[in-house]
Amino acid sequence: MPVPEKNEFFVDPGRCIGCQSCVQACTECDTHKGQSMIQLDFIDRSASTQTVPIVCMHCDSPTCAEVCPADAIKRTEDGIVQTARKPRCIACNNCVLACPFGVPKMNTGMNLMMKCDMCYDRTSIGLKPMCASVCPSQALAFGTREEMARLRPNAQPLNTFRFGNQLIRTKVNVMAPRTSSEDHVDVTAAMYEPAIGHDVLDDVFAEEQP
Amino acid sequence: MGKGREEARLGGEQHQHSLAEARDVKAWRMRPEVFQAVARGAVVTALLGVSILVGSRSLAHFDAALVAYTFSILFATFGLTYRYSMWLSRPPTALYWRRGWQAFFKKGWRLRNALFWVRRIGEDVLANRFIIKRDRLRGLTHLLIMWGCILAVAITFPLVFGWLHFRPVPGDLSLYEAMVFGFPAFRFPHDSAVAFFLFHGLVWASFLVLGGVALAVRRRMRDEGAAAVQRFAEDFMPLLLLFAVSLTGLMLTASYTWMKGYGFTFIAILHAITVIATFLWLPFGKFFHIFQRPAQLGVGFYKDVGRSEALARCRRCGHEFTSQMHAEDLIEVERALGYRYEIPGSPAEHYQWICPPCRRASFALAQSLLWRGTRGGERLAEPAAIAMPVHVNSCLGEGPLGSEDQENFHP
Repeated sequence: MPVPEKNEFFVDPGRCIGCQSCVQACTECDTHKGQSMIQLDFIDRSASTQTVPIVCMHCDSPTCAEVCPADAIKRTEDGIVQTARKPRCIACNNCVLACPFGVPKMNTGMNLMMKCDMCYDRTSIGLKPMCASVCPSQALAFGTREEMARLRPNAQPLNTFRFGNQLIRTKVNVMAPRTSSEDHVDVTAAMYEPAIGHDVLDDVFAEEQP
Repeated sequence: MGKGREEARLGGEQHQHSLAEARDVKAWRMRPEVFQAVARGAVVTALLGVSILVGSRSLAHFDAALVAYTFSILFATFGLTYRYSMWLSRPPTALYWRRGWQAFFKKGWRLRNALFWVRRIGEDVLANRFIIKRDRLRGLTHLLIMWGCILAVAITFPLVFGWLHFRPVPGDLSLYEAMVFGFPAFRFPHDSAVAFFLFHGLVWASFLVLGGVALAVRRRMRDEGAAAVQRFAEDFMPLLLLFAVSLTGLMLTASYTWMKGYGFTFIAILHAITVIATFLWLPFGKFFHIFQRPAQLGVGFYKDVGRSEALARCRRCGHEFTSQMHAEDLIEVERALGYRYEIPGSPAEHYQWICPPCRRASFALAQSLLWRGTRGGERLAEPAAIAMPVHVNSCLGEGPLGSEDQENFHP
């Protein structure tokens, strides 16, 4: 059963508080029991609290699937890029290294790539993915565009990303300011940017100043 | 629409267009590959035909009753060779096929590779170790089906090709003799336990297959995760075919053993239909993995060689994350596929030189750049060196799933 078209996934890393609810909830998913497909990273742990939760963005033209020598990654007609087919995956790690968003994981012992399939067992019957259903700050949100427009009047969804000369369009959206004139997110232009945060000016070990 | 947006849109269309163009070129280039695949299929099928003629001593030992099976195998051979050839023509498959052999025959590695080959055949192919690691019951299921099929193929193919036949020993009718390629191989009494096990080989094979099929169907009916992604043609059809072949085969044995041959002709035709359908399905469905899977061995050698050579350093955080050979090969594959991940004017040069964690970090940084000035938070001072992103939860299963992931996550 296909994922209902009206429901979409919206990611807003700026709202992530790094609580790991999504990581834990993801392990509950039936298609990859006990193993989390969410990638939740500190960008610069020593300087910033900024975290980034990454789910599969489900590209229209998935690089992971195209570089797979075993033809193990399939995209369903409703645009979900499925995790590797178990009989086919030869654990070459191509998809892990080629995915522009750094999504797939490699289970070395099982000789199997595993990745987020947008909780296909849930979304295909109209339920929210596990991560979006537990995210307290709704950095990971699942719903209709109308709901998002009502809940986040200052934001708009974008689903096109630039990596050098390459543009990638995805099924999953990222939230950008409504006032922004950009119609895509330039990932490689921000590659060498420092993390966002607040400089900590108080030195707790310094002697008290008058 | 602002000027920047318009430019980006046009740029986007241009890139999409160039990707489509590259695909069109690729589609046009497929033609010689199709001819090549057809030619390879014809050659391999002809070679099998010749070996049938030679092995059956110019069809002297060929069982005419099995001719339909022979032709279905010949057709499956053509189909499998064609599909395999087409599969190898895909840019990533072609490259890794070549690289796998290069790694295997690399100077100084040959003996080690040969030993590892034997070990990996034993552990991965014969014992299905990696499937058992996925799930013990699934491992058992696959072992039962795989060994049942291997046993059945080992018995039936030589019989169907006329490579193996049995005859009473002239002068001593209590003995049977197995003839392989027309040469006497071994003898055994026709009423011995050896004869019983040998002549019922397909019964044992069907017991194994039926056990495996039952476990597989049970999982597909009970496991909600499997139920969400399974498809009839891909996942149930092979099980139905295996079940039909095994059951009709057992019905033949039951007919001539306990029912005085009741309905034997009908069951024999039914059995032939199921077997032939399975052969015809071989190149197109799930069964193709039998021929695709050994590529895993080549990947193992490729990784072994890659680890011992220069490693790729992430051009954002400076940490090693894979072999340089792997990164360079991926760049070649991506270019062949029409992807343009080159980054003009950047020290990274190509996005493939960025490690997976830094890709994730860049995604977040790009989004926060859009929100600069709208949301709170400040752009921190430029650090002396770019920090490597780390997993919030580095536990196995919650962060990385294995050693390879850990390398990608810079342990």
